[in-house]
Amino acid sequence: MSLSKKRRNNIVGYILLTPWLVGFVCMYLIPSGMSLFYSFTDYNLLSAPDFIGIDNYIRMFTRDEKFWQALKVTFMYVLILVPARLAFALCVAMMVNKKHKGIGVYRTLYYIPSIIGGSIAVSVVWRQLFGNGGVFMSISEALGIKQRSSLLGNPDTALLAIILLGVWQFGSSMLTFLSALKTIPNSLYESAMVDGSRPFYTFFHITIPMLTPTIFFNLILQIINGFRVFTESYVITDGGPLDGTLSYVLYMYRKAFTHFEMGYSCALAWVFVAIVAVFTVLLFWTQNRWVYYESDAK
Amino acid sequence: MNNKKTGSIRSKKKREAARFHIGAILLSFIMVYPLLWLVASSFKSNDTIFIDSYSLIPKVWDAVKNYTTGWEGIGGVPFGRFMWNSLVVTVAGTVCGVFSALLAAYAFSRIEFAFSKFWFGCVIVTLMIPSQVMVVPQFIIMEKLGITNTKLALILPWAFGSAFFIFLMVQFFRGIPRELDEAAEIDGCGKFGILFKILFPVVRPTVVTCSIFSFYWIWQDFFQPLIFMSDIREFTVPLALNMYLDPNSFNNYGGLFAMSFVSLIPIILFFIIFQKYIVEGIAMDGIKG
Repeated sequence: MSLSKKRRNNIVGYILLTPWLVGFVCMYLIPSGMSLFYSFTDYNLLSAPDFIGIDNYIRMFTRDEKFWQALKVTFMYVLILVPARLAFALCVAMMVNKKHKGIGVYRTLYYIPSIIGGSIAVSVVWRQLFGNGGVFMSISEALGIKQRSSLLGNPDTALLAIILLGVWQFGSSMLTFLSALKTIPNSLYESAMVDGSRPFYTFFHITIPMLTPTIFFNLILQIINGFRVFTESYVITDGGPLDGTLSYVLYMYRKAFTHFEMGYSCALAWVFVAIVAVFTVLLFWTQNRWVYYESDAK
Repeated sequence: MNNKKTGSIRSKKKREAARFHIGAILLSFIMVYPLLWLVASSFKSNDTIFIDSYSLIPKVWDAVKNYTTGWEGIGGVPFGRFMWNSLVVTVAGTVCGVFSALLAAYAFSRIEFAFSKFWFGCVIVTLMIPSQVMVVPQFIIMEKLGITNTKLALILPWAFGSAFFIFLMVQFFRGIPRELDEAAEIDGCGKFGILFKILFPVVRPTVVTCSIFSFYWIWQDFFQPLIFMSDIREFTVPLALNMYLDPNSFNNYGGLFAMSFVSLIPIILFFIIFQKYIVEGIAMDGIKG
């Protein structure tokens, strides 16, 4: 009559897991299989997929300049944005981590961009702020800097405006740093002061090491997130000018839904997965060298 | 002498505080300026928006016209309809997604079932895979099922529980002492009873945090609607704003800015109501907003 405990656990466990399992199979497993298959085909949605072996991959690496451009743009975006945002977030967190009146208000104000930043409304604003005749242009003109084109109108600087939009959203990293700063025991700073340590030295030998787990965690999340940049380059510049802001996901999107090269787009997607995976593994691999976990120290 | 010294320390502290506040206010202004600019521009008349674009005080007010023409919508579809579509998708996606994640997290952290480690590994893998990668096959599947251009197409990708929420909730469950459920089990409480009667009140803060972020993500999602939707009557707010940007179909900057601001109002309201949860949630788990 009564089921064994093990069996009952299995039944209950799988009942609870069912929604996620359905999603995993229908939204990840089956699409992954399809996408892997399509990546070896020439497929335009209308006629049946035509198997062409690894041609898509060969084409990508040997004959597709836009692929390299998209890679370059995305790498520059991630490699500039993530360190810049983290450094800025840390500076502001240290500044706000003091006892002054009104700290809560500042913290809230600094955090607001992180909340609205992903929305298209902000991209709309950015387009105007850094576009032709925008605020940025009129201010720099008032300062006497002559410009031939707006920041967004110049292929060399357009990406910078999009990176700025990312740095502007430093609020959530700041909050993680703030809570990490609060967990650093005061005794460490006191003994450093007794030893006559200078603030500079204290920062690099106490604060930074104690923050490395937070930095590591933020790095992983933000790098994965950074690679996915799409809305900004689609709405603000549509990849232009001269593909100066053509992000990888935007290129994937165009290949699939503008040129209807579904097979090629899927091949791009798999290379993308590989790149993100390599970055993640590399970061985890370097972890032992620089991330300091308190529980390890004896 | 002594008095003088404490006095100078006090004035030094005062100067330091003043320096801090000047810096902090300056930075606040830069941070909030784009938002203020949006509000100010939504009040300006169309032909003056770009004349003194940096100014936050409109010279020629045209707020009523901007908001009414913006709200009228585009292609015969009023903006209220876009808001409604977004709201339905966001609420349904959030409720289903967070609930699915809660069930899965409970199973992973409290029940020993076959292959649970393997499945949890799968959760972590999906955490690392950018969702955009799946979008072509997802589109093809939905096309074959005939659900593109329905709200279902936008809800489904969120409805089965995001890996991130499962991960957060598992972390939280692990921090709750097992004695709590064991005691309830002795009292004859089933596994579901334990989850909803005993554990739910404890994990509620995490559930709220996840719901808030789910709300933000779905409300602002642009990529999936862009691919799954082509019928303007089913557009969500981000897609509608994207249409507003096209000068051929909607040449009205005032209306664009007005509705851009309207699209942010639910987010900002949510932020004001749940600020405590949000700040604590991020401090705890470092969710990216």
